[in-house]
Amino acid sequence: MYNVPNENGRFGDFGGKFVPETLMRPLEEIERALEQALADASFRAEYMHHLREYSGRPTALTFAENITNELNGARLYFKREDLNHTGAHKINNAIGQALLAKRMGKKKLIAETGAGQHGVAAATVAARFGMECIVFMGEEDIKRQALNVFRMKLLGAQVVPVFSGNRTLKDATNEAIRYWVQHCDDHFYMIGSVVGPHPYPKMVREFQRIIGDEAKEQLLEREGKLPDVVVACVGGGSNAIGMFSSFLADDVELVGVEAAGKGVDTPHHAATITKGTKGVIHGSLTYLLQDEYGQIIEPYSISAGLDYPGVGPEHAYLASIGRVRYESVTDEEALAAFQWTAKTEGIIPAIESAHALAKAFEIAKQRAKDETVLVCLSGRGDKDVQALMNYLEGASEHAFRR
Amino acid sequence: MHLDDNMFIPFLVAGDPHPDVTIELALVLQAAGADVLELGVPYSDPLADGPIIQRASARALKQGMTLPRAIQLAGKMRKKGVKIPIIIFTYYNPVLQLGKESFFALAKENGVDGVLIPDLPFEESEPIRRLGAETNIPLISLVAPTSKERIEKIASQAQGFLYCVSSLGVTGVRDTLPEEIHEFLAEVKQYSRVPVVVGFGISKSEQVQVLKAHCDGVVVGSALVQKVEELSDRLLQQEQHALDEFRRYVEQLVAPLRDVDFYGGVKEDEREKRAARAHSLSAGEVARGSEAAIRVDERH
Repeated sequence: MYNVPNENGRFGDFGGKFVPETLMRPLEEIERALEQALADASFRAEYMHHLREYSGRPTALTFAENITNELNGARLYFKREDLNHTGAHKINNAIGQALLAKRMGKKKLIAETGAGQHGVAAATVAARFGMECIVFMGEEDIKRQALNVFRMKLLGAQVVPVFSGNRTLKDATNEAIRYWVQHCDDHFYMIGSVVGPHPYPKMVREFQRIIGDEAKEQLLEREGKLPDVVVACVGGGSNAIGMFSSFLADDVELVGVEAAGKGVDTPHHAATITKGTKGVIHGSLTYLLQDEYGQIIEPYSISAGLDYPGVGPEHAYLASIGRVRYESVTDEEALAAFQWTAKTEGIIPAIESAHALAKAFEIAKQRAKDETVLVCLSGRGDKDVQALMNYLEGASEHAFRR
Repeated sequence: MHLDDNMFIPFLVAGDPHPDVTIELALVLQAAGADVLELGVPYSDPLADGPIIQRASARALKQGMTLPRAIQLAGKMRKKGVKIPIIIFTYYNPVLQLGKESFFALAKENGVDGVLIPDLPFEESEPIRRLGAETNIPLISLVAPTSKERIEKIASQAQGFLYCVSSLGVTGVRDTLPEEIHEFLAEVKQYSRVPVVVGFGISKSEQVQVLKAHCDGVVVGSALVQKVEELSDRLLQQEQHALDEFRRYVEQLVAPLRDVDFYGGVKEDEREKRAARAHSLSAGEVARGSEAAIRVDERH
């Protein structure tokens, strides 16, 4: 029976709470509130109500008929998280955490963001639930993602530029944690992925498992059987955990796809499980990209959402026990899948999701026609269109990194 | 601990602006009456630190500073005459990469007296506390204003000294400290068997004056690191005046702890007294701490 994390927040060796003492009691409070909320049918009902009425769930399961025909292999299904309000799976978690914050009497949210997707989701729920929201974002990402910055401001959030480190997601997360240490008495820190100290990896999983629960039911209805393979992209890994959780006990092959950037044999990648080693980042023991002295190395990916030097501790655990296979996809392969999906199925996926698609296409091609491959299409790619245009016109691929 | 009261515990980032300068600064601090030195190991992602120590860490990392080198720097300090206890302040990840056992072995070899790991809370610290007890290099525990019912469990098992975080937030210089700090310190002292010191935000002699009666010592970090930053170029040129200026700054800051007039420096007999008791951190208090730990183990 799969039952992690334990009461110490450990997924096997991974996870835990590696934070300053100041945050220990706030974490204990969140843990207690979370356990009570998860056991409370009315909390569940309220969460489901907002997912339906506000985010538009359940999201569709789309049979990728044209691509299936062209590949001439397994039948491909897309779980359409891009059809959520705000355009990605991030809103599932943001709604869940905002409701928990409300339950705890906290009316001020803190969030970190890289591409701006989680920041927008946090700002959105803050507006909806009448809360304040402060979003930390690397100065470099702010420059590259002006539109999302403006969206957050439109939604009433305060966006704080972060000037430390390389001024991207890792640094924004550091700064959000520092701000939280100072304001933990009346603020709720809304982490955007299955990372961070316990109970965050578990909490975000519980608020994202709706993806897998719905997809499983939808696929059973359509195909009358479970999928043979489930594929999802992994940065921090929240859409993947949400998808995988519902299939862990089943005889289903699970594949997580990391960003190989310019190749896992170059220094320019974000393939944390493939190439990383055990260590502590942002309060959790997991795999991370680091040097021999334990200094964290800046990752690289064309996709800002996958451009993170750590990975959720549950993914580290699933890799260590061999339950999930982690592979990687390069910038180029992801870009090809991005364009092909747009042209062939009329869906513009997020560049993050395009990593999962690229791997899913490769797998489907090798499989029998009566098999099915389910892939999590975690978000829509409108945010990436300008960057793709620049890229195709020969501008730097850095245009993509937000 | 024989370092019983009115302790002054300065913090420096190892290698900022250069490892040799760090040794010079440590000697100046010792001469200015420091009782314990906290030697900070620079880290790429120091999430308990504010901008001043972040910048210092970045400068030190550029100098090639690493955890093993910082520990070896403590060894060099010993050879150059630093006699006061040295506590290594490091984030947990570099310790994991060096290896927990190797860390303590290297620390022992280099005359390190304690270790402080800001992102290793009590619940995760058992292996480090055990190794600390075995090697007489105690893990210094921290309590924070949010600790509340956690204070008793942390304070009662503290070794060396107990570090109280003055206020919510990261390291830095603060104009004011929270009013509730006295109640917080009183509660901590009620449970602690070791000296209770206060850090985070202390940057003025007025603050030291106010805190003096409520704790056994103060940790001053960012204020000193900021001074080092200000003097950085001159320190790198080995300007004696820069070291003198640093010393004057330190002495006025901690004057309230000393039986001295404002500009007088520490009296000679007082300094000798301090030097004599300086190395007793590991000898006296750690032994007591280990006994306490053993007793706790027996209960379980």
